[in-house]
Order: sequence, then structure tokens, then C-alpha cells
Amino acid sequence: MAQAAAVAKRPAPPRRRRASATPRRLPYLLIAPAALLMLGFIAYPVVSVFYYSLQNYNPTKPWRNGFAGFDNFVHAFTDDPQFWDTLTFSAQWVFVEVGLQLLFGLALALIVNQTFVGRSLGRALVFSPWAVSGVLTSAIWVLLYNSQTGITRYLADMGIGSYGTSWLSDTSTVFPAAVVADLWRGVPFFAILILADLQSVSKDLYEADEVDGASRAKQFWHITLPHLKDAIVLSTLLRAVWEFNNVDLLYTLTGGGPAGETTTLPLYIANTSVDAHNFGYASALTTVAFVILLFCSIVYLRLSKFGGEEK
Amino acid sequence: MITEIAPAPERVAAEPARPRRKRRAWDEVPRRQIYVPLSIYLLFTLIPFYWILLFALRRPGSTSLVPWPMTFEHFEKVWNERAFGTYFQNSVLVGIATLVMTTLVALAGGYALARFNFRIKKAFMLALLCTQFVPGALLLVPLFEIFANLRMINSLVSVIIAETVFQLPLSMILISGFIRNVPYSLEEAAWVDGCNRFTAFRIVVLPLLRPGLIAVGSFAFVHAWNHFLFALMFLSDQSKQTIPVGLNTLMSADSVDLGALAAGGIIAAVPVVLVFAFIQKWLITGFSAGAVKG
Repeated sequence: MAQAAAVAKRPAPPRRRRASATPRRLPYLLIAPAALLMLGFIAYPVVSVFYYSLQNYNPTKPWRNGFAGFDNFVHAFTDDPQFWDTLTFSAQWVFVEVGLQLLFGLALALIVNQTFVGRSLGRALVFSPWAVSGVLTSAIWVLLYNSQTGITRYLADMGIGSYGTSWLSDTSTVFPAAVVADLWRGVPFFAILILADLQSVSKDLYEADEVDGASRAKQFWHITLPHLKDAIVLSTLLRAVWEFNNVDLLYTLTGGGPAGETTTLPLYIANTSVDAHNFGYASALTTVAFVILLFCSIVYLRLSKFGGEEK
Repeated sequence: MITEIAPAPERVAAEPARPRRKRRAWDEVPRRQIYVPLSIYLLFTLIPFYWILLFALRRPGSTSLVPWPMTFEHFEKVWNERAFGTYFQNSVLVGIATLVMTTLVALAGGYALARFNFRIKKAFMLALLCTQFVPGALLLVPLFEIFANLRMINSLVSVIIAETVFQLPLSMILISGFIRNVPYSLEEAAWVDGCNRFTAFRIVVLPLLRPGLIAVGSFAFVHAWNHFLFALMFLSDQSKQTIPVGLNTLMSADSVDLGALAAGGIIAAVPVVLVFAFIQKWLITGFSAGAVKG
């Protein structure tokens, strides 16, 4: 059974369609529940965001509600430094996070792919933060970073740094502090995906190379890395989008502060809609975020050739 | 079945026929190069876990680095006074309901995608993929309005639906990949033996999908358990809220009760850690089955 499942990797396209066993409506019936849920709770909200982006819409100032044309967009691009600040921070956040997570995740995957004593325990332990939520990650790192009983206190006991520093409330340390907290949870994601892909590198390739006398570093560049390329491209893009959109960690860890220092675009949007009730403007910002992500998704589709095997 | 595929490297290494010395040359990296970086990384991974355990178990006001004498008063406090008992029930309910709904709906859809060619298939696949780029956080306002119109605000149903909807696309892509790995001929053979399509699926395909379904179901559960924003936005009564919202409440208090926060964090972590330990061995294989690569 296992063999059969493992060997038959290639999809078996339906060959002879049996009229009796396959009513023509069946596939539509099967996707109907998923399609309806997604239409109602993803597509419709997306459309309404586009609609609101062209409106002045603020429940607390109903007298101003109405069609606004592209005013919201014009305001965002010409008159709202916070939009540019948060967009820049988002880009910075995504770039640093994804880059470092990939680097450490790749290294970690290569290490735990070796055969050594205690490998399964080692794997389980290094992967464990993957399952921890953003809020819980925040809780843990709030405990670590707090000024009285956090790790800084014990570091200060050892003569490193000074007492009473809180890395999360100082504008010069908040970025690295938040990056480290998110790395803690994000590295295992890459490690797991890359490790999974490493399982499919044929050992014969290395052996052939070994005969040619290639060093391990060369093997990595010539065999391992090219093999991993697709997985890396895909996981990086998925992760970049995820890091862009995710608000749990920063919302709970720093609240976007201090002084707006760690506010990403989605956090700014959430504040604009939830706190300031400026739904119209928030929708316009959301639309801008969509367009940026759409650009990513096109790249993503190109690279992964998704659904291309069906022909 | 899947465990048989997972440890392939060891199996190869155990074959005695190969010349042993040559394989050593490339296979065996010096121990130092494994254990030193691994230990450093493990410290980074484990110190935060130790830290939260320490805070949860040591007495209030203590600054000792070992949780001794041990106390459970933080747990009692957070469970009773801070309503984590209620939050826990709600989170379990949301997690399990999301798991069941996601798996069933994704199984139906995934089967259609794996086994049929139909007119809107390409478009549907594209739509599934596009949803990966739709940030749930940015749809909060319209989603809130929808649930308000359906009179579901402040009901766990709204959170369950929202979590399910955002879990569905990836789950469906994964499941259709798993189904594709099961040879169609097995099903056809069952039809010849007189099964209808559903029975053939139930008897032949479903048992082979078990590892994949466990992985997808666990993902759905863990995501619903961990996710925070929908519960924060759609549930206003304290009696309806979930654990992540409870943690956030503890964190955003003016003076944070660190012991209670740590104990609450442990309560939040336990089910997820259990699920994770349970699915760990399926995780690598589930992904390497090529499902994620699309």
C-alpha cells in the first residue's frame, strides 16, 4: 500500500469517463459548499472593500458619507506620511524576517537532515515553536524582555547591559527585539519545508559527485541548492505574504509602538478602521495592499506553474 | 503506511552491501559541525519555553532561576479569576468545529479537483490560490458587517465560519494532492466489483488518506486555536472569548501580572504541543508527498 501511494506520485488523469458512475453535476456538487463559503465570506468582503474604497464611509460622521471617487487614494499617496512610513516598515519587516528565517531555516534543515544520535528528539525540539501562536509568542517574549524580571536583568547581573532596560519600549531596540521574537517562531516553518524537500534529493547524485572529488561545499552549491530552488522560491513567497499580512505578533507584542515605530501597513489599516472608524479610507489602503500582494501572486503563479500538470 | 516512507535515509544507510568507507566520506559530517550549531540553536529555542515555565511555576515576587519551591497558584488564579476555564472551553469548541467543517468541505472539494475535469476547474483552482493573498485581517470590517447582518456577532459560530473559510483553500489544495497520490485504478477496480463511487471512495481511498487528513485536520485545529483577530473582533462578551484573546487581555493590562500571563500561556500551549507531538512524524512526509509544491 505504502509503495503504491509513494510510487504513484504523478496524478492519474481520469481516463475513461463512465457515464453511469459519474453524473456530470457531481464535481459541481462537491465543490459547492467550499465555493459558497468562499463567495460569501471572502469574495463578497473583497468586493465590498473595493466599493468602500471609493466612498467616504465613517459611521461616526454619517453626514460626510457618500461617493468620494479616488479621493481616498489621492490622500494616501500625496497627503499621508503614515501610509508611506507603515508601507516602508512593512517592506523592511518582511524583507528582514523572510531573509533571516530562510537563512537559519536552511541551515537548520541541513543539520537535522544528517544522521546523528538524538536526531528525532532534536527535530521535535527545534521545530516546536512552529506551532506556537503569535499571541503566545508575544506573551513569552514579553516575559523575556520585561525590564524587572526579564532576561536583561540577569544579563545585567552578569555585567552585560544595564538594569531596567526594556527592549520593547526603546525605539532603537524595538525592531531587533521584535525581529528576534518572530524569528523564534518563523525559522521552523522554513526548516520543516526545506527538510521535507531534502528527503527527495537522490543520494546517487552525491555519490557520483563524490567520485569526482567534489567538496561538501561544492556539493551544496551544485546539487542541494538547485534541487531546493523550487521549494525555496515557493516557501519564501508564501512566507513573505504571510509576514506582510500577519498582525497578531506585532499587535500584541508592541502594539505598533513605541511611537508608531513598528506599525505595519495592515496594523495601520486595522487602527484606521477599528479605532478611527474611517472605513472608507481603510478600504482604500486595503486595496493598495491587495494590489501589492497581487503583484506577488502573479510572480508566485509564474514560478510555481500551479495547475500546469493538468493537460 | 507513511512512517515507512519517512525514514528513508536511515534505510539506505543501513544497507550493508554498499562500501562503507566511501559513504562515510560524504554522509558523515564531523559530529562537531552538527552538535555545536544545533546546541546553540536549541538554547535559542528552549530558553523562551523555560522562561515561561519558570514564571508560571515560581512564587510571586521570586527572582530565582529555578521554579522551586513550586506553586500552582498562578494556574488556579488564571483558570478561575481570569476565566481561562471558560476561554479554554470556547477555544476547544472553536478548534474542533473548525477541524470538522474544514476537513469535510475540503475533502469533498479536494476529491472533485483531483478526480474530475470540469469547466470551471482552472478558474476555481486560481481562486483558491488567490485567497492565499487575501489577508483576513484586512477584511475585518466587511466580515463584521456580514456577521452583524446574520445576527452572529458575539456568537462562536461567526468565529468558526471565519476560521473555516480561511483554512479551506490550503486544506483543499493539500487534500486534492493527497487524493492524486492514490492511483485512480484502485477506485476503478472497486467500481468493477460493484461499488458505487461513494462506497469505493470510503473503502479504498479514505483509509489511504488518513495521514494526510490528520495533518490537514490538525493544521485547522491549531490555526483556529491560535488565531486571535476574528475572536477579538466578533466576540464581545467575556464569556464567549477564546484563549488568545484572554492572553491579550492579560498582556494589555496596565501592570501585567507576569505569573498569570505565564500560566495562561502554558494553558494555551498544552493542546497545541500535544497535537504537534502527535502529527510531527507525518508532517515531513505529508509535505514531501509533493502536495505543497502544487
